[in-house]
Amino acid sequence: MSTATMTAPLAAPRDDASGFTRDRAMWGAIMLAPYVLVFAVMVVYPVAYGLWLGLNWNSYRALFADPIFFRTVVNTIIFLFVAVNLKFLIALGLSGFFVQQRPWIRIVLVLFILPWAVPSIPTILSFRVMLNPENGMLNQQLFQWFGIMEGPGWLTDPKLAFISSIFVHIWKSLPFWTLILITGRLAIAADLYEAASVDGANRWQQFRFITWPSLATLYVTSTMLSMIWTLGDFNSVYLLTGGGPGDLNHVLATLGIRYMRNNNLDLGIASIIVAMPLILPMVFVMVKRLSKGADA
Amino acid sequence: MRKLLDEGKLLLVAVPVLLWTLLPIYHLFVLSISNQESMLAGKLWPDKPTLQNFQIVFAQQHYYLHNFWRQMFNSFFIAVATGLITLFVATFAAFAIARLKVKGGRTIMNLALATYLIPAAFLAIPMYKAMGSYGLLNTQASLILAMVALASPYAIWVLKQASDKLPKELDEAAVMDGATSIQLFRLVYLPLMKPSMVVIGIYALLLAWNEYLYAFLLLSSEKAVPLAVGLGLFLSADDAPWNLLMAAGLLYAIPPAAIYYLFRKNMVGGLTSGAVKS
Repeated sequence: MSTATMTAPLAAPRDDASGFTRDRAMWGAIMLAPYVLVFAVMVVYPVAYGLWLGLNWNSYRALFADPIFFRTVVNTIIFLFVAVNLKFLIALGLSGFFVQQRPWIRIVLVLFILPWAVPSIPTILSFRVMLNPENGMLNQQLFQWFGIMEGPGWLTDPKLAFISSIFVHIWKSLPFWTLILITGRLAIAADLYEAASVDGANRWQQFRFITWPSLATLYVTSTMLSMIWTLGDFNSVYLLTGGGPGDLNHVLATLGIRYMRNNNLDLGIASIIVAMPLILPMVFVMVKRLSKGADA
Repeated sequence: MRKLLDEGKLLLVAVPVLLWTLLPIYHLFVLSISNQESMLAGKLWPDKPTLQNFQIVFAQQHYYLHNFWRQMFNSFFIAVATGLITLFVATFAAFAIARLKVKGGRTIMNLALATYLIPAAFLAIPMYKAMGSYGLLNTQASLILAMVALASPYAIWVLKQASDKLPKELDEAAVMDGATSIQLFRLVYLPLMKPSMVVIGIYALLLAWNEYLYAFLLLSSEKAVPLAVGLGLFLSADDAPWNLLMAAGLLYAIPPAAIYYLFRKNMVGGLTSGAVKS
């Protein structure tokens, strides 16, 4: 838009700056108000209400007495550690593959981001049907090709079901983080690599001394962000196995809902409050990191 | 020769990656065109591919699908409403914080960021309880409100960063000419922010379209729930007609996937300049 159209309808220049300052403060408050309202109604009150409901000492006693709770805490820690690290190692490697300049690799990339683009409900349910031990496609094919009569209980064996959830989670979130690392790699100046190969550096040395130092910050920030989001992954566990078999595969994100469905809301709230010492430090660190980035 | 070898190595990566990525999507597609028999036999490709499943879905001729179109519309309505309200809330807030430098803006920004970072699954039960005390349970308003609350923090943050990049001189010039804050917003800010606003609108819209947990907590009537929850109803039976579920799921997945592909560049761009760079 041009300055002409902009200035035309406006009043004559004002000489007092304080008029604008007052106008500015007023409109600032008015325009911030809708979000403050949403925040108060949808975050502050629910959290305060939740904390108040969580003041019941007995629900913590019941929670700690529930063997499923301890199982869930252990599950959550394993899930976080394995899923996040595995995902990022693969993403780091794959981003190196996708930055190769080939037309056909660009097509592979377009297909590769499908899990990210497609909503989780249909794809996770597709996994669920495919892994069904009796008539799922995977075990049926194992039978047809290798004559395996009773294929693995992908969703009925507690250990396998847990591993399946981790894989579904990685399947869903890998494309996004690979894309992030691809943009990170593309931001590295190409002449660094040229200079290095002139000096006779091999692939590993190039990675060790150019790629990794340039990606390290991005990698660490992404890993932390991914940890928080993985902690909150409800769908990969709940839609695939429902936390089963025998409630052995819950993570903290699904445990609260399990208690709620068993009409044990107090325990649900307690399980969330108990998870806070794990979540809040990460949130705190990330807010600092991200708002610092916003200033730059 | 050397080049061929390189190409071969790359293929060695590409093939497993594609198999892994496409397997469940291929499975989704194959079941959606399979009849009951081929599905139960776990065929890699159905004996007689059929579009009958889609016909049944379109005509809502199955117990689980009686409200298919209604739920599709619900998904659409909830997503669009969330997108528009989030845009309204977040654009105002970003302008107030970044351009008007409103007092306390910084604090609000950090609180919003914290909300964004706390996993939504942990806020679900408190929000459910709060909705109960507002008397909004089982109304679509409750889900829209919840989705706006979940989408706005990231929206404000991205829009604030985009606002910070606009040259300050623009505001100064306009103020010299006597522009009021609201004129500044309407005539200078909005036109320049349009590209970021499109990305944010889509972000909020897709977040709401894809949401399952909140939808199934806050809404219970089969006529009110979005399609995501409607599809989840299939889980209540052991011998559910999975081929119908996959046909309906495919129809549910196509709109957001299409939008992702259309705006892919912008979506990742917004995220990397924001979420991850530090």
